[in-house]
Amino acid sequence: MSRAAPLPELFASMLRIRRIEEAIARRYPEGEMRCPVHFCIGQEAVPAAVCGQLARADRVFSGHRSHGHYLAKGGDLVAMLAELYGRETGCARGRGGSQHLIDLDAGFVASAPILAGTIPIAVGAALSATWRRSRSVSVVFFGDGATEEGAFHESMNFAAARRLPVLFVCENNAYSVHSPMAGRQPAGRRIADMGKAYAMPAAHADGNDVAAVWRTAAEALARVRGGDGPCLLEFETYRWLEHCGPNPDDALGYRASEEVDGWRARCPIERLRREGVPGEAQERALEAKFAAEIEAAFAAARAAPMPDPRDLGAFVHPGRG
Amino acid sequence: MRARTFAQAIHEGLAQAMAEDPRVCLMGPGVPGPTGIFGTTTGLAERFGAERVMDMPSSEQAMTGFALGATLDGYRPVVVHMRVDFAVLAMDQMVNQVAKWHFMYGGRLRAPIVFRLIVGRGWGQGPQHSQSLQAWFAHVPGFKVAMPASPRDAKGLLVAAIRDDSPVVLVEHRWLYGLSGDVPETLYETPLGVARIARPGRHATVAATSYMVIEALRAADRLAALGIEIEVVDMRSLVPLDVSTLCESVARTGHLVVADTGSVAFGAGAEIAATAAERAFAHLRRAPVRIGLPHYPSPTAPALADAYFPRAVDIERALATLLDVDPARLPAEDPPHGRWRDTPDPSFRGPY
Repeated sequence: MSRAAPLPELFASMLRIRRIEEAIARRYPEGEMRCPVHFCIGQEAVPAAVCGQLARADRVFSGHRSHGHYLAKGGDLVAMLAELYGRETGCARGRGGSQHLIDLDAGFVASAPILAGTIPIAVGAALSATWRRSRSVSVVFFGDGATEEGAFHESMNFAAARRLPVLFVCENNAYSVHSPMAGRQPAGRRIADMGKAYAMPAAHADGNDVAAVWRTAAEALARVRGGDGPCLLEFETYRWLEHCGPNPDDALGYRASEEVDGWRARCPIERLRREGVPGEAQERALEAKFAAEIEAAFAAARAAPMPDPRDLGAFVHPGRG
Repeated sequence: MRARTFAQAIHEGLAQAMAEDPRVCLMGPGVPGPTGIFGTTTGLAERFGAERVMDMPSSEQAMTGFALGATLDGYRPVVVHMRVDFAVLAMDQMVNQVAKWHFMYGGRLRAPIVFRLIVGRGWGQGPQHSQSLQAWFAHVPGFKVAMPASPRDAKGLLVAAIRDDSPVVLVEHRWLYGLSGDVPETLYETPLGVARIARPGRHATVAATSYMVIEALRAADRLAALGIEIEVVDMRSLVPLDVSTLCESVARTGHLVVADTGSVAFGAGAEIAATAAERAFAHLRRAPVRIGLPHYPSPTAPALADAYFPRAVDIERALATLLDVDPARLPAEDPPHGRWRDTPDPSFRGPY
């Protein structure tokens, strides 16, 4: 049986992601993190609640907006920041940047900005997990746009046909860059409804309600872990900032300001705070802890060496292992 | 002189071609959106309607088929990919259907589609957002491939591509969008398959594509101070390749450096150099030299990206070797405008 949502822990996880993202956003205009960065501010509940109930051996995959998933799965903060700063000590040794985070020790396998690019890879990892009789599951996070790609449907089909231990997690934030759902996907159909077409259990929940995300994911994970095949989850959420970069983009006018304000009022962190979680004293302690951690992590990342240009050809082909 | 930026020139070409021919339509994710594909499509949906300026789901493969299907009723779609890399998701439809459409049905069908592919280089766009894959498309029979390097040609080649009954791949380099130059107001074509002498010179030829034309002109400027006169040939098209302009230039100068934005290995530069070697061998005093990307994926970190992308200084060094100029005589490279060289000018900012 899955346990009830550990709200104080989830609060801490969400707050930590938020504070890290805010710190990146603050420093981004300095022009030293020279790679595209897709912030997940406002969307912290799904990473916290889904990754919060995964074992280290469970393997997580993500897309371009991956910081939250990486951090919630236990990805190393210094290595992530060093990657954004283009350092040799970055999690991808500076080769990939924000869009290619990785921490194999934490079970965060890969993230990539080509939409749906990692979905079939997660299915492949689930397939090989069954070959080696492992109990680990694959969890792949993607956005609403990725469900428009053929690779998503091909992956859903195959995962269902083979009853593979993979959890498909769609974070539906209603926009693909600046394009609204209308015209991209049929009106009146939820993304979760597509599970039925693949004979796959699916569920839909408020992605800004961390307890609801926890419950929904717990049920699905129990099923996936139990060998009953894949599940599809759709969580509705909202990106507060621009598609890519540290600023609001209200001036572009593609999202009504009432809509943006409405979603900001549905902040997943504030929601718990209103319920008295975790309490003022605990929150103060968390803030102090995270502030110290983040400051130290930035200092370590910024002090790290740049890659040597003579190593341009490194990692193109593996050496003899 | 009617100064317009490269991006404005594309916008004007699209607007005029759509006004001229109601069968021309635009499609791609973000095409009618608020940032308008770097400003190249801004306002077109309002002017021509949502039916002709279509937003699209992230379904590159199927979108290509949608465009091909629409050609059956005479439409002439312009398909836009914000990054060259996104067109990779459409390769089956592009290579197996579109390119061969006319041929495999014995000339009964045509695929007059324009594909605008944008090279995203800069500010850590990295392995999946800054590839320059023109050689892939040039390698497949059936496509025409062009790479404008000036605002005038950005409009002219686009108009020629739209009017052409073959599928045409236009590779646009993002670092050119802010470039300003003379753009006639009339609706004109830059013919596909015709190169341009961007700068005449008698000591060596630099045949360049896309943004490397800018780097070649920079190199030519700097070498002029040493009395070395470089002829810069802007190839403009890869397919058809303007063999005569290339070979006539080589015949005049006796030396060839090829500068392409893609990989040297198996690249467009290889085709250009090989063509010159085959067709103008007697005029070449030394083996041609290719400048382009090393055979590595594009790195994100600026410390690596600065070493990865070739610049004017690389062209200058190649020319110095060919022309027996002591490299010590080469002018020192201009310092970058900031700490790094991962942006074309200070106005170019990240992140997107």
